[in-house]
Amino acid sequence: MKNIVEIHNLKKVFNDGGVVTALEDINLEIEEGNFVSVIGGSDCGKSTLLRIIGGLDTDYEGEVLVDGRKVEKPSRDKGFIFQDHRLLPWLTVKENIKFSLPEEQKNNSGLIREYLEMVDLKEFENSYPSQLSGGMAQRVSIARALANKPKILLLDEPFGALDAITKIKLQEQLLKIWKKEQITMIIVTHDIDEAVYLGSKVIVMTPRPGKIKRIHTVNLGSHRRRTGSVFTEARDRIYNEFFEDAEIPIEYNI
Amino acid sequence: MKNSEKRNVKYWILYFALPVILLIIWESADLAGCLKPYTMPAPITVVKTAIEYIQNGKLPVNIAVSFGRVALGFILALIGGFLIGIGSAIFKSIEIFTDFVIQILRSIPPIAWIPLAILWFGIGLESKVFIIFLGAFFPIFINTFDGIKNIDGKYFELARVYEVPKLKLITKIVIPGALPQIMTGIRLGLGNAWVCVVAAEMIGATSGVGYMLADGRSLSRPDVVILGMLIVGIIGKIMDDLILKFRDKIITWNK
Repeated sequence: MKNIVEIHNLKKVFNDGGVVTALEDINLEIEEGNFVSVIGGSDCGKSTLLRIIGGLDTDYEGEVLVDGRKVEKPSRDKGFIFQDHRLLPWLTVKENIKFSLPEEQKNNSGLIREYLEMVDLKEFENSYPSQLSGGMAQRVSIARALANKPKILLLDEPFGALDAITKIKLQEQLLKIWKKEQITMIIVTHDIDEAVYLGSKVIVMTPRPGKIKRIHTVNLGSHRRRTGSVFTEARDRIYNEFFEDAEIPIEYNI
Repeated sequence: MKNSEKRNVKYWILYFALPVILLIIWESADLAGCLKPYTMPAPITVVKTAIEYIQNGKLPVNIAVSFGRVALGFILALIGGFLIGIGSAIFKSIEIFTDFVIQILRSIPPIAWIPLAILWFGIGLESKVFIIFLGAFFPIFINTFDGIKNIDGKYFELARVYEVPKLKLITKIVIPGALPQIMTGIRLGLGNAWVCVVAAEMIGATSGVGYMLADGRSLSRPDVVILGMLIVGIIGKIMDDLILKFRDKIITWNK
């Protein structure tokens, strides 16, 4: 498989007021079709990294290639899901997706319906965002990104603002979409369970300056389960990355 | 939407209680002999005057004349305020270019322009339209400008992700995003336009509601003056109600 993302010696410095090094020595290769999680505490630069891959932040040192080309600006083939759903409140669900599609693309109602169906929201096409729940609105934003047929989907803590049950449902739906559409997905999260469950690779980042500490491979197989030893083992591995210095109380069950 | 649901009998009783009380006080003062007809007429006199002025056509004609002036001045201010507001909110250079003059001009009350307007344009239509324009322009301009500046930057970021072209950005994000505040500007602007036309007509005109009011004073007819004032107030309120109805009609997404 070829690499869809290649990052060499990436460094990012924020220069407003004081000088803060947000990212340093980032070297990363992501194979096409992978689902990769990026996890870390606050200030570890994980969102900055995602924004750089997405072309939303182009002021950096080093080399960032997506699909073999240097990233210079955001584009439709790099779908970006923000933490907020970012639907335009004055447009209906259908109009919001239509808004994101190229002007020259006519007769796109079939396409819009297809992707709304994928996120189970076909009957809400004429609703306004204010009439949807947070989870539904985020599903619309995923449908909006996918309708643009991106090569890669970047998700910046997409379920961070949702309740636990909705979050699990959306994770399931996202996995299903990933299998069906076979596009590369990179999700940034601070939730260890989410990172392990979704990513076949988990990139652990540490703060000040933001660096990649380790890349874990998680092999949950094609039918992922949140229970079972593989999941627990992988989760513990990641957990230890963050709390290795602290003593972990050991519980024995006989 | 929510307001109209609550408008039951109790609402309307409360709504009209104060005007009825004021009317009763006015009428009782007359019955008690406290009012002198040459300074303050009885309510019934004003009603009779109203009927007289409707029958001889003075009232409808003057209202129509004032209305026409307001319409013309307001539409010019709407176009100007909207376009310059959008232009200076989007292009920094237009903002810097216009800022100084606009900030100074907006501190001058439109009424202060009346002497100059009469010298420049005479006492005809042009001077009234000029004053109305000045009264309506600034609220529309400032609210359009602020409305656009206050749009959440995250929507512009979204537009970058989906490679949205400039024109679509303006029609789908800039204008709808600023629309609630633009409507506030339109509402204030129309209110100002109506105030300005009356003021301008009182000082130099031969027709219009303001002229009718000033004429009542010269004729020592307080009933005509009061009729004129009531008409100004009532029409102002009706226009404001219509603007609010229009606003609810076009801003449908904030439920």
